[in-house]
Amino acid sequence: MLQCHARGCNTNNFPLELSEVEIQVLETDYNPQFLRNMIPKLDWNALVVTAKKVGITAVPDVLPETMNEDIDENFLRNLHRILLETHVQQGKMTCPNCKHVYSIRDGIPNMLLNDEA
Amino acid sequence: MLPTPNLDHLSSEDYEKVYNPAAVSLLLEDTFLFLDTLEDEVRFIKDDIKPCICLEIGSGTGCISTFLGQILGNGSTHINPHATATTIATGHRNSVLLDAITTDLTSGLLPRLNHAVDVICCNPPYVVTPHEDVHSKNILERSWAGGINGREVIDQILPLVNNLLSKNGVFYLLVINENMPDEICEKMRKEHQFQSEVVKFRLAGREKQYILKFKRCIDN
Repeated sequence: MLQCHARGCNTNNFPLELSEVEIQVLETDYNPQFLRNMIPKLDWNALVVTAKKVGITAVPDVLPETMNEDIDENFLRNLHRILLETHVQQGKMTCPNCKHVYSIRDGIPNMLLNDEA
Repeated sequence: MLPTPNLDHLSSEDYEKVYNPAAVSLLLEDTFLFLDTLEDEVRFIKDDIKPCICLEIGSGTGCISTFLGQILGNGSTHINPHATATTIATGHRNSVLLDAITTDLTSGLLPRLNHAVDVICCNPPYVVTPHEDVHSKNILERSWAGGINGREVIDQILPLVNNLLSKNGVFYLLVINENMPDEICEKMRKEHQFQSEVVKFRLAGREKQYILKFKRCIDN
């Protein structure tokens, strides 16, 4: 959901590209209703591209029809895994346009441009 | 009665990194005012808002986000810009999963989260100080220095809230008398079509503290 905000960098600046990542998986309660509410807020393409970058291919390239009640349980479980249980602990996020690198340390992305913190 | 987030994992050194030690007791007092408010508002937040994404701007110890996480359960994502590791640590100590981002106010979140955030909490730097202090090199000072009328940072946050908040979303803001709460409400109504109310008021020493609650006007 993070986007490059370097001055003058206005196009092709999302999604930030992950590299050199260290992933931690922490199990948490599965809440299908939350996932349903969350789906409209996601940029599906960005999610798929980012997931693939870290080696996760469990989500379909095209978002399935999610409005009906009998939404695929398996699909929601996979989404839960990615959105809520997969944490990037260390890594880098590179803007595809201006190549500015934002770092992630101890699970916290640093979006400050001068990396002062 | 809901449990107050456990902060016993924070050492006095942690506090010194997050806050000016002289101001700790006062700052904790306004945090508690915020927790009281959220406790009163829990039914409204759960039943009317049904939030997906909650955002705390300036999360400090992470106490407010953690509390929100506790009352909402694991059904929401909490994002904390300008956070330090203490935010995550507080969440962890209390078995609440938080996402934190180090940034300036909300840079990097917009426009991705445009009209996507359901609950925004902010305990801003509201202390009346000279203008220069807002841009102080000392990051601790910046955590409470509000500049002229204590409003300089608050006034930066208000338009961001308009951009971030979802259609049914709610925004809670802690202010003191010197920040001119009436004028803040008027500004939000005129410039961004938000309705407002004072949901909490407390005298803390000589300081009059308010929690303001904002929602978009219904016909908006």
